[in-house]
Amino acid sequence: MKAPLSWLKDFVEIDLSLVELAHRLTMAGLEVESIQLIGLPLPPAGSTTAKVSGLTWEPEKIVAAAVTEVMPHPNADRLVLCRLEDGQQEHIVLTGAPNLFEYKGKGPLPQPLKVAYAKEGAMLYDGHQEGYVLTTLKRTKIRGVESYSMICSEKELGISDEHEGIMFLDDAASVGTPLVELLGDAILEVNLLPSFARCASIFGLAREISAITGKALKTPRFTSPPDIGKATYAELEITDPVLNPRFVLGLVRGVNIHPSPLWVQQRLKLAGMRPINNIVDATNYAMLELGEPLHAFDYDVLCKRAAGKQVKIITRAAGKDEKITTLDGVERTLDEGTVLVCDEAGILSLAGVMGGLETEVTASTRNILLEGAAWNMISTRRTAKAQNLPSEASYRFIRGVHPAMAETGVRRGLELMEHWADGAVDPLMVDAYPLPPKTSVVDITPGDVKRWLGLDLSAPRIAELLSRLEFKVQIDSDLLHITCPEHRLDIGSGITGKADLIEEIARVHGYDNIPETRISDRLPLQLGNSPLKKTDLTRDLLVALGLQEVISYRWTTPEKEGRRLPKGAEADNKPYLRISNPLAYEKAFLRHSVLASLLDTAERNSRQRATLALFEIGPIFLHSEDPSGLPDELSRLGILLAGQRNPSGWQPADNSTMDFYDLKGLLEDLMAGLHITEANFSQGEHPGYHPGKCAIIRVGSQQVGVCGEIHPAVRERYHWGDTFQYPVLAAELDMDLLIELIPEQRHTTDIPNFPAVVEDLAFVLDEATPAADVTALIWQTGGKILSELQLFDVFRGGQLGSGKKSLAYRLTYQAVDRTLTDKETAQVRNRIIKRLEMELGARLRS
Amino acid sequence: MSAATILQELEAVSKAAVDELKRVTNEEALLAWRTTYLGKNAVVVKAFSSLGALPTDERPLVGQGANRVKAALESAYNERAQALKESALIQSLGAQALDVTLPGRPRNRGRLHPDTLILRELLQIFGDMGFQVFQSREVETDEYNFQLLNFPLGHPARDMQDTYFLDVPNRGDNPLVLRTHTSPGQIRAMREIASLNPSNPPPVRVIVPGMVFRYEQVDVRHETQFDQLEGLAIGEGITFSDLKGTLTDMARRLFGPSARARFRASYFPFTEPSAEFDIQCFQCHGKGCGVCGGGWLEIGGSGMVHPVVLANGGYDPARYTGFAFGFGVQRIAMLRYGINDIRYFWENDLRFLEQF
Ligand SMILES: [Zn+2]
Repeated sequence: MKAPLSWLKDFVEIDLSLVELAHRLTMAGLEVESIQLIGLPLPPAGSTTAKVSGLTWEPEKIVAAAVTEVMPHPNADRLVLCRLEDGQQEHIVLTGAPNLFEYKGKGPLPQPLKVAYAKEGAMLYDGHQEGYVLTTLKRTKIRGVESYSMICSEKELGISDEHEGIMFLDDAASVGTPLVELLGDAILEVNLLPSFARCASIFGLAREISAITGKALKTPRFTSPPDIGKATYAELEITDPVLNPRFVLGLVRGVNIHPSPLWVQQRLKLAGMRPINNIVDATNYAMLELGEPLHAFDYDVLCKRAAGKQVKIITRAAGKDEKITTLDGVERTLDEGTVLVCDEAGILSLAGVMGGLETEVTASTRNILLEGAAWNMISTRRTAKAQNLPSEASYRFIRGVHPAMAETGVRRGLELMEHWADGAVDPLMVDAYPLPPKTSVVDITPGDVKRWLGLDLSAPRIAELLSRLEFKVQIDSDLLHITCPEHRLDIGSGITGKADLIEEIARVHGYDNIPETRISDRLPLQLGNSPLKKTDLTRDLLVALGLQEVISYRWTTPEKEGRRLPKGAEADNKPYLRISNPLAYEKAFLRHSVLASLLDTAERNSRQRATLALFEIGPIFLHSEDPSGLPDELSRLGILLAGQRNPSGWQPADNSTMDFYDLKGLLEDLMAGLHITEANFSQGEHPGYHPGKCAIIRVGSQQVGVCGEIHPAVRERYHWGDTFQYPVLAAELDMDLLIELIPEQRHTTDIPNFPAVVEDLAFVLDEATPAADVTALIWQTGGKILSELQLFDVFRGGQLGSGKKSLAYRLTYQAVDRTLTDKETAQVRNRIIKRLEMELGARLRS
Repeated sequence: MSAATILQELEAVSKAAVDELKRVTNEEALLAWRTTYLGKNAVVVKAFSSLGALPTDERPLVGQGANRVKAALESAYNERAQALKESALIQSLGAQALDVTLPGRPRNRGRLHPDTLILRELLQIFGDMGFQVFQSREVETDEYNFQLLNFPLGHPARDMQDTYFLDVPNRGDNPLVLRTHTSPGQIRAMREIASLNPSNPPPVRVIVPGMVFRYEQVDVRHETQFDQLEGLAIGEGITFSDLKGTLTDMARRLFGPSARARFRASYFPFTEPSAEFDIQCFQCHGKGCGVCGGGWLEIGGSGMVHPVVLANGGYDPARYTGFAFGFGVQRIAMLRYGINDIRYFWENDLRFLEQF
């Protein structure tokens, strides 16, 4: 919403600086996004959050002047020389403005033309360059004629982008007056929130300014208003009052269509609308001023369509496949239910959105039927969206215009047409008002204000604040009886109405004037959040183990995620959740795998890094049969390792590459850090992993995840950096399950006081025997006195023969309550050897 | 030889030995010196064997003299040996000197994502104020994301939040959406806590962190997926002034004890009164500068929980009041760490992440 300062001043006195005004409006919920200055001085940089632009007109250098004669240029057809009076002296000014050519060579003009005149040294926008480029007016020679000053176009002055011709001033402009005094202005662009529908007009904004500054509001008055009655020129039929609660018509006869007065055109331009002609301008002016969109029909066209019968305006919802050609010349097929203004011959306009082409006002229009109506905000929004037709009218109706405004708007429109187009207003207006909104009446007390705002306000103070916004207030000791004014629809009833009013009280009182307190209410139970704590513990452990945390977008594509498997393999048969309005196809599907996100991240970074050690904890989204229809959001931990084991520096170093056991060691450390003691790894099978280097991670009987080296055929599906030729190791774990498995409590053992006995045993076994089985059996057999067990060597070849391997263990025997005897340890040792021989076919290696 | 001659000779040898010792600069020469002056054939050693040839009364005199000289030579030797050892050590350590300006041996260091870092700081701040973390889902129903939060169907306020819809058929007016804000967590938290005692619901003080999604083109300042933090306090004595105090406390914890928060009137369907809150610019302290423009940094939205929302959550608005707020976590991280481009967060370029 663009509001010229000069227009606001029609309705309220403003003595604040622009910066202060913008600040006060912004604090009251009417955020001033930008201030465009028209000639006025710019505020200091950084003094306002609003974006400031515009050109300052130096008072002594840019003035009103009179062109008294337009003469041909001796050497150029497309230039003219103007004899100009600036109040001090006469000048000859060169210009190429085509709108002066009609006066060329006609001698001294009977009625001098008032123009904006810029003297040497004046700062202006360059009219010949794209955009707004500042330039200083310098003395020069053009085609042999000296030039040191100029007559300005609107663009050169920063008023609009009009540069076809020079700008004319009102004939009343006094020669020599600084232009800034005549036309200096500022346009405030206000971001209107949905609750501020009443401010979608100059008067509405002025009302707010009046409320927050305490200056009186000057309410517009209408001269000789027509009465409401049964007019003979048209009748009305509203078929659905919910869609169209009110419709008002007025008639103006014998209008002369011509351009509006210059000051009107100027105001419309400043407010962001293009002047068309005096009738259309009158509808737009009234809308901008009061907030009620109006529509002017060519009454004679309506009469012709009525073919001798009385003109009848009908409002109704569209049926199937109805069509209309709108003002912009586009033929539109309408959705069923679109609200229409029709006559008996067919559709006239899209209600509250845009008029039809056929009944539009043209240069030959003589009689005007003026519409002001109230439309349902939801159906207007639907139509504007469906037809992709945001308009000034729909902008207002979507936010809600009070039906009372229909009458006020039509009165204002008729009055303007009478003045600007010499029309004769019919003494009667037609009004159909089947569904007046219920007027909100709310009771409120200072106690309510205290309860919500923590602020002590007396009943008279509350009454005063609300009266400033035109609420009617009755005070009955501590009870305020508030009646909502007839221009707003946003005040509810009951407790909601109370909340609505308390917001208004707070706004006008000023949010800054509400104290800051610390919560004194009862503290709720402090239970903490155990899953989050455990997730954070997991993150911290992984970081301590050298991994970088990443966080990815939740969306992907099935093709992109499919790369984590060899071509042709399928991970799961669950359908992807698809976004119906994605920004791009690449962002259309919710991910099924955190590992897939990690692989993508690794791929991108492999061009910069020789080591990648990444993890992510985040949700995946799987289709579910839950009756709510909501998908399962499951938390997953993904881990990816690849590249050099140690970062390289300037010293000769270990250049080895990470392998399966780096990943497994990391996972073992993680599990130990989480105090999950029962984790075990067994040979696994998964299409994404190397068939010989894949393990299933279980805790007890529950599968926690899969880890291993990414299948070479999968690795090939990614575009790694040229030098990044390492195997990729990865794991994906069920984070929800891990959280369940991390114990809340744990137990620490005492440091032993008795000496330990350490011995090494090596066993020869079949290659196929998993080390985990050997280890498990030793632990099981070692019993209480076996306190530590470390596998310190795996050996193949030599005299062992093929298909055999040797596993060497260091065993530590220790008791918490005594020094072990040789006999005790020997017994255990022998039991271990015997069981390994019996159950695993192991042979003790001497 | 007479006693006098022997003593004279001892004195002379002793003097020569001390002089010579001064010129000894290495282990080898030191050993040779020791052989010469304290070895079997040394004058002082022989002096002892010559004692028997002297008259009895002269023996003690010579014996004492020889002892004195021997002790003096031994002590000189020890002193010299120690000095030589020390200088040798100094020399050998000098030879081991490193160029300490060469880079250290690199290690693999893990790091948290900056979003996690800032979120932890925020959760700590609110945790200290009694706000417990409540986690809520990312895919929501229209009902929870909008309707229960007082955004009726077709309401213009829905235009404030461009929404991603999920392609799930036959859901009518309750489509699935990617949550546009963490506010549906308000309803879920209220309902869960109220269900503990529906006739007398306990107070609520929760913080809801999580990803939210807006259908919005991505640029330096706008993300289509971002992390938000929602706060909700409900009780029988919660006021707008408490909201102001709580967020001012947050500002001080984040940006120092002199930080200030400012509240501007605004509109959100689920709060009333509603306020945008700004934090005074830490660069210019409110004077206005390039970072802020006008002295204040826009942070988030807040307000008193709307009576309709309280009721939807199971709290009687005639008895309870509450406040809620929400803001972008990345916005805070960007201010805190001087990050210029919001797109860095989920792109996961290690050249960015490794700076934390
Ligand atoms: Zn600043």
